[in-house]
Amino acid sequence: MYGYNNKVLRVNLTEKSFKTEALNLDLAKKFLGGRGLGEKYLMDEIDPTIDALSTENKLIFVTGPLSGTPTPTGGRYMVVTKSPLTGTVASSNSGGRWGAELKMAGYDMIIIEGKADKPVYIYIQDDEVTIKDAGHLWGKYTSETTEILTKELGDKVKIANIGPAGEKLSRIASVMNDLDRAAGRSGVGAVMGSKNLKAIAVRGTGKVAVASPDKLKEVVASCNKKIRENGVTGQGLPTYGTAVLVNIINENGVFPKHNFQESSFSEAEAISGETLADKYLIKRVGCYGCPIACGRHCKVDDLEAGGPEYETIWGFGADCGVSDLGMVIKANFWSNEMGMDTISASTTIAAAMELYQKGYIKEEDTDGMPLEFGNAEAVLEWTKRMGLREGFGDKLADGSYRLCDSYGVPELSMSVKKQELPAYDPRAIQGQGLAYATSNRGGCHVRAYLISPEILGLPEKLDRFSLEGKSTWVKIFQDLTAAIDATGLCLFTSFALGADDYAALYSAVTGIEITGEDVLLAGERVWNIEKVFNLAAGITPAEDTLPKRLLEEGITDGPSKGNVARLSELLPAYYAERGWNEEGIPTDERLQLLGLK
Amino acid sequence: MEIKVRLFATLRENRGKELMIKIANGDTVNQIIAELNIEKEEVAILLINGRDGLLDTPLKEGDVVSIFPPVGGG
Repeated sequence: MYGYNNKVLRVNLTEKSFKTEALNLDLAKKFLGGRGLGEKYLMDEIDPTIDALSTENKLIFVTGPLSGTPTPTGGRYMVVTKSPLTGTVASSNSGGRWGAELKMAGYDMIIIEGKADKPVYIYIQDDEVTIKDAGHLWGKYTSETTEILTKELGDKVKIANIGPAGEKLSRIASVMNDLDRAAGRSGVGAVMGSKNLKAIAVRGTGKVAVASPDKLKEVVASCNKKIRENGVTGQGLPTYGTAVLVNIINENGVFPKHNFQESSFSEAEAISGETLADKYLIKRVGCYGCPIACGRHCKVDDLEAGGPEYETIWGFGADCGVSDLGMVIKANFWSNEMGMDTISASTTIAAAMELYQKGYIKEEDTDGMPLEFGNAEAVLEWTKRMGLREGFGDKLADGSYRLCDSYGVPELSMSVKKQELPAYDPRAIQGQGLAYATSNRGGCHVRAYLISPEILGLPEKLDRFSLEGKSTWVKIFQDLTAAIDATGLCLFTSFALGADDYAALYSAVTGIEITGEDVLLAGERVWNIEKVFNLAAGITPAEDTLPKRLLEEGITDGPSKGNVARLSELLPAYYAERGWNEEGIPTDERLQLLGLK
Repeated sequence: MEIKVRLFATLRENRGKELMIKIANGDTVNQIIAELNIEKEEVAILLINGRDGLLDTPLKEGDVVSIFPPVGGG
C-alpha cells in the first residue's frame, strides 16, 4: 500500500482502550482521504442529530495520502467532528508538522470515542499508544502544555492540544498544534474538551511508502517550479504573508469595519502586511515540506509569537476599529494561548461592541472594561476573559450568534449557520457571497476562495459586481478545494497548481492513476456527503443565506458603496449547477451518479 | 492635471507609498507606470478609484490609481 498507511487508530476514552484496524480502501479511493474520508467515517458512525458535546460525538484526526510525503506542503491534517458551533459537519484544517508526524508514526487517522473520566492525553510513539494522565496539564495555556510535554517526552514529539477555551467547552475553541498552528474553526476544540482529552503527542520514525519515487521526484520538481514562478506563491506570500491582503481588500472597499457597519478602514495602512514587515516581523516560518513559507513570527515589546494572519488582523483590527498592530499581535497571541479561533473570537468582540454601541449591553455589564469600538485594551482583555469564561466573557465564549440571540437581535451576528464570517464584505464580491451562504460549515472563506478570481485576478479576473458565471465558479472552487483538503496538501498551492497537478502527485504517491477530472469528482462527492450530513442533522437549505444586513443594507462608504449581496438571484443557478432540486437538496439521481447511493 | 498613485508591497521599494503625479490630457496608466519604471508584468492588480482599471484607461483630474504586484493570501 502506497500513500495510505492502511491503518486507523481507534481510541475509546471511556474504556481507556485502543485498537488498530485496516483503512477502508474503497472509501479512501472514493474520497481520497483527509476531509472527505474523515467525514465519511463520521457519517457512518454517528447519528447526525446528536448533541455535538455529548459522549456520542466522535473526534477524528485524519491525514491525506500525500501527508508526510515529499510533496509540496504535505504536512497537513484535518480535525473532523460534528460542530458544536454550527451543528453541521466540521472539518478544520491545520499545518505545521503534526500531521506529517502522525503519518510517519504509521496511521492514516485517529478516531476518538467516548469520554475520559478525568483529563488525559494520548501519547503515540509509532506502534506504542498510551493514554496518560493530564491532571498537571489541565488549565494550562496551549504553549505551556506544549512546553511541558516537550520537556517530558522529548523535543522530537509533536503536540496538538487544547487551551482553557476547549476545556471550558467554548463553542469557538480550536485545536492548536506545533505551538501556533490552528485547526481553528467550528469549535472542534470544544469537542476535544468534552472528552476530557487535553492533548495528543506524536512521534513517528517511519516513512510513508511511495509507489513511484522517480516519477514523484519529477512531478514534485514541476510543481515546485510552478509554485516558485507564480507571483503569489513565489513572491507575495513569502515576502509579506497573508497580511498583504489588508491594503488590497481595503482599496476595493470591501474591508469590513465595526461589525460590517462600514466597509473601508481609513487606518488600514497601520495594520497592513507592509507595516507588519517593517515594524514587527522577525522571521518567516514554513510548515512541513512547504516551499512557500507564508508563516510569520513577530515581536512586540517582550512578546514573540507566531502570526498574525490576515483574517486575524482584520478581526481584531478593523472589525473592532483597532489600528494598533502591536495590540492585534498580542490579541492573536492570547487567542492562540486560550485555544480559540481568532476569526470567531475577534468578530464576536466586534458584535459585542455593536451591541454595546446600540445599548443592548450596558456599561454595568462590562466589568469595568467598556466594549467600545476602537478600544484596543478592551479587545485584548476580553479575548483573555472569553477564553477563561470569566465574568461577561462567559457570554462571549459561545460565539456571536448565541450572544446576539440572547439580546433578541441574532441578525447583528455577522455569521452564516452560526459561524462568523471572515474578512471580505460579500456585498460587492458577489461570488464570495454565494460561497459564504452555501458553505457546508457556515461562514468561511476557505471552502471556496472566490477572492482569488474576483479580486486578485487568479486564474483570471472576474468582475466582482457581476453575477455572470458565478454559480459555476463557486461549484468548481468548492469541489477543487474539497479535493485538495482531502489529499493532505495546503490550499495555498492552488494559486499555482491545478487539478491535473494534484492528480499527478496523487498518482505518483499512491500508484492509483487518476486524472484532474477524477480529482474534481472526488471533491464533488465530498461536497455532497457534507450536505447530506447537514440535512440529516436538521440544517435546512433555508440556512444557505447571509446576515440580513448584507442582503438588505447597501455598503455605506467607499468605492463599493450602495451594493448588497444579490444572493437570491444566484442560489437557483447554483442549486441547478450542483444537480440538486430547487429546494437545494441533492437528488437521488445526482447521488447515484456520484456513487453515493 | 494631477492624480494620486498609491503603490503597495514590493512596488514601494525606491518609489514610496503615495505619489502625486502631473498628467497630460489623454494620459493613461501606461504613461504612469513608464514614468515610475514599473514593468507591465509587475502590475497584477490595478484599481482606479477602487474599481478594476485597465492600463489604457484614460485618467482624469483627481483620480486615485492603486497598483499591486502579484500578491494573495487568505
